[in-house]
Amino acid sequence: MSEHELVTRLRNGERRALARAISLVEQGGPVARAIVAAAYPHAHAHRVGITGPPGAGKSTLVTSLAQEWRRRGVPVGIVAVDPSSPFSGGAVLGDRIRMQALGGDPGVFIRSMASRGRMGGLARATADAVTLIAAAGFPVVLIETVGAGQDEVDIAQAADTTIVVEVPGMGDDVQSIKAGMLEIADIFVVNKADRPGVDQTVRQLRTMLQLGGAPADGWSPPVLAAVATTGEGCAQIVDAVEQHRHHLAADGAQAGRKRALAERELAAAVQELILERLRGPRWEAFVSDIAARRRDPYAAASELLEG
Amino acid sequence: MERKIRVLVAKPGLDGHDRGAKVIARALRDAGMEVIYTGLQQTPQMIVEAALQEDVDVIGLSILSGAHMTLLPKVMQLLREQGMTDVLVVAGGIISDEDAEILKREHGIAEVFGPGSSTQAIIDFIRSNVQLTRG
Repeated sequence: MSEHELVTRLRNGERRALARAISLVEQGGPVARAIVAAAYPHAHAHRVGITGPPGAGKSTLVTSLAQEWRRRGVPVGIVAVDPSSPFSGGAVLGDRIRMQALGGDPGVFIRSMASRGRMGGLARATADAVTLIAAAGFPVVLIETVGAGQDEVDIAQAADTTIVVEVPGMGDDVQSIKAGMLEIADIFVVNKADRPGVDQTVRQLRTMLQLGGAPADGWSPPVLAAVATTGEGCAQIVDAVEQHRHHLAADGAQAGRKRALAERELAAAVQELILERLRGPRWEAFVSDIAARRRDPYAAASELLEG
Repeated sequence: MERKIRVLVAKPGLDGHDRGAKVIARALRDAGMEVIYTGLQQTPQMIVEAALQEDVDVIGLSILSGAHMTLLPKVMQLLREQGMTDVLVVAGGIISDEDAEILKREHGIAEVFGPGSSTQAIIDFIRSNVQLTRG
């Protein structure tokens, strides 16, 4: 089957064609690029990233948010990323366990992805998989990252709206003025709000946000409490995502953000193509030289690029 | 990039025991495979839909409840209806030799691994029988 035919079929709602196309883009190479190229003009979803520390309740929150969008009649695609083993390259992808409530709904498509060695909370092909799901007609695509620490901020460059999930009792208030995760949030969710300490966590996050003064893009990230296991607070989160989407569309902020996303997509594509072209016998020889400290990596890179 | 073997490990029916399924999931991970674990109490419909969305090469069904002669043929029937006959399906759990023979001969289960099977035997079976050139 040609790449164009595959994309035509997935755009017609054939779930198996969509699933197969995602596998192909995960493998990379010329076929993957042809599929992405055919799907790209048709991908118009609002991309919502959900990130936060392991065990914060990201999968459960994704499930409850998807259910809320479904109640509003909106089809939802989900990409859930879990880590690959650095030793075997294998992975156990367990996000579907908490997404069982979404089973059997033809308005939901869930895909688990292994990070395959990529740092930063996403897999190399995550953005491409999201493009395909969007092209298949899902107007909202939720992207769940690997359980993230403080610096896994790639999601902010792959999503239109980024939700950072925190839980009560995760540390003192200096944690929340550190750089990284907390700076990328368009919406904060304090999950497990039925536990003690939720008011304090919400207050700390709000205080931290006020310390920063007026936000440059005119959007003040709301801090919302939720209990993902019961769905409590999820309607407000979906409302906030919709408000953020309108904010992006209204004041031209989206142009800036879209440009930043586009630049990153271009940089990633350039990197992939250059690496693919340069790999070969000469590349292997340089790797050996660098390993033996006979050559430094910058000199080797210059020589490779000069041909 | 090399093609990774993707495996769905599922527990069909009303069966609360998933230690064996977790041991298998972990062993397949350590063999370099990507394992999607769906959790307990899956209907055949849920299993086949998950296998479709995840585009897996292999489905491993763990069943200890005794309902295997009802649930496993149902999974196979739904796979055929979806045209997913190129997916390798293996089963494990408490399944008698007679039942295993019927599941293999009449329903298309590729292999049944009973108690005491080594994880290496399962890994080797999957590697030798998986079709990575699916259309």
